[in-house]
Amino acid sequence: MDLNSGDTAWVLASTALVLLMTPGLAFFYGGMTQAKSTLNMMMMSFITICIVSVLWVVYGFSLAFTDSGSGLIGTISKSGLGTAVNELTNNGGPYGIPLLAFAGFQLMFAVITPALISGAIADRTKFLTWGVFVALWVTLVYFPVAHWVFYFGNKAADGTVTGAGWLAAKGVEDFAGGTAVHINAGAAGLALAIVLGRRIGFKKNPTRPHNLPLVLMGAGLLWFGWFGFNAGSALGANATAALALMNTQVATAAALGGWLLVEKIRDGHPTSLGAASGAVAGLVAITPACAFIAPWAAVLLGVLAGAVCSLAVGLKYKLNYDDSLDVVGVHMVGGIVGCLFIGFFGSSAVNAVGIDGLFYGGGWKLLGLQALGAFSVLAYSFVVTLILGFLLEKTLGFRISRDAELEGIDLTEHAETAYDFEGALGGGFGSGSVATKTKVALRADEEVPA
Amino acid sequence: MKLVTAIIKPFKLDDVKSALEAYGIQGMTVSEASGYGRQRGHTEVYRGAEYTVDLVPKVRLEVLVEDDDADSVVEVVVKSAQTGRIGDGKVWTVPVETVARVRTGERGPDAL
Repeated sequence: MDLNSGDTAWVLASTALVLLMTPGLAFFYGGMTQAKSTLNMMMMSFITICIVSVLWVVYGFSLAFTDSGSGLIGTISKSGLGTAVNELTNNGGPYGIPLLAFAGFQLMFAVITPALISGAIADRTKFLTWGVFVALWVTLVYFPVAHWVFYFGNKAADGTVTGAGWLAAKGVEDFAGGTAVHINAGAAGLALAIVLGRRIGFKKNPTRPHNLPLVLMGAGLLWFGWFGFNAGSALGANATAALALMNTQVATAAALGGWLLVEKIRDGHPTSLGAASGAVAGLVAITPACAFIAPWAAVLLGVLAGAVCSLAVGLKYKLNYDDSLDVVGVHMVGGIVGCLFIGFFGSSAVNAVGIDGLFYGGGWKLLGLQALGAFSVLAYSFVVTLILGFLLEKTLGFRISRDAELEGIDLTEHAETAYDFEGALGGGFGSGSVATKTKVALRADEEVPA
Repeated sequence: MKLVTAIIKPFKLDDVKSALEAYGIQGMTVSEASGYGRQRGHTEVYRGAEYTVDLVPKVRLEVLVEDDDADSVVEVVVKSAQTGRIGDGKVWTVPVETVARVRTGERGPDAL
């Protein structure tokens, strides 16, 4: 197969789109925290870009996307990516795109997945431990799970496929990462929320989002980037990409409406946080299903995901775990809804690669496969993260001190604050500002005016 | 002399200011404040969870007046700040020992 410039261009552009989702997530989460911990929240996302990108080149891509024969994890044969230069992609079949374009695209998935987890442990996580956790978690959880779900093996010229990940080989349908990204991150978020414990004032004196416009902007950026996430997963500029794009749009729109409908009926008011949350719930749910169902079914999935997730975020108050920004309620629950939905509405007429679900005469087979995919990833991620979390808690310590949490994690972990609250006019005549100016003048060896 | 302090709804500031100017008051100090009285704040709902917001934004307005004017100024503020709904605010006066104008050093009523 020759290089296809149209396909390659789309995958390169999609890579940039998916990268933007991580800063978008930082805004989405950052607006939901208190003013005193917003920078830390955003930094938890940004640091994943740093750590995971480096690990990806060193061994991450190789562990996820090479053939070891086990179906559980790859090899280190492509460490450093030196041998990948000038190679074309073969993932269950040949693609006309450079292997490095595929590797770059998949890297962005590996970056955002641990970033998603950070929302469960807002306001209280030691930054150093978080960094160590991200490195260990992608190695022990994300790279193997990506291998299970996203690696379709090496297809030889005679048509034999070897080494596919065990879930991919069984035929579990997850187009863009409902299991490997969202259920994975959601289950890990639940585990860490349990390890770190509840924030001071959970339920008794809860904190409200400090900047909802930031949340809405983050949701908008996520939505924009998600077209790369879902439609880019077609690995080509083709009809499958168009289907994924359309389904992504309508499911998200419908989920936004579904969430607001529940709010209007239950609380009396449709809220902006509800609109942002509903959109993200829809994006999560359509992710596995986007290339396997018809657009009208995507609308149905969207409404369902918006309504179910808006009810699921209340679970933490009943079960007493502080999943601060609802990673479980939105990503784990939304991911499960999307994965199982394919079992009912999946159609081989829509995508010849897929098989028919329950409503298309395919029987229970596909639903069974989807449940296996969803719950095996959930269980593996939850158990490994729980163990990893407790080990880090016992060694490095995972949670900041009570005083630091009260004072604000931005100041204690980063020596910064997001906003200048000095003085009624924005700090123009605050004593701190004057002191700063004096210091700058002295440093430049200028004379201080008498 | 007396210090009249008023806590009012922020959107009534322009009305109160105009009314005080019409009465002949020449200066005032205004600052942002927050607090609550009998209305006890309000509730907001985020992702289905209710939050009670105790401290409501208010404007604090301070005017220095001569003893004879104090009652009338209180009256002017009450009239112009009133909406009749809960949370309209409070006005009070306290005696002031002395006042000095910084520019000239004038003391007492001359400094008002």
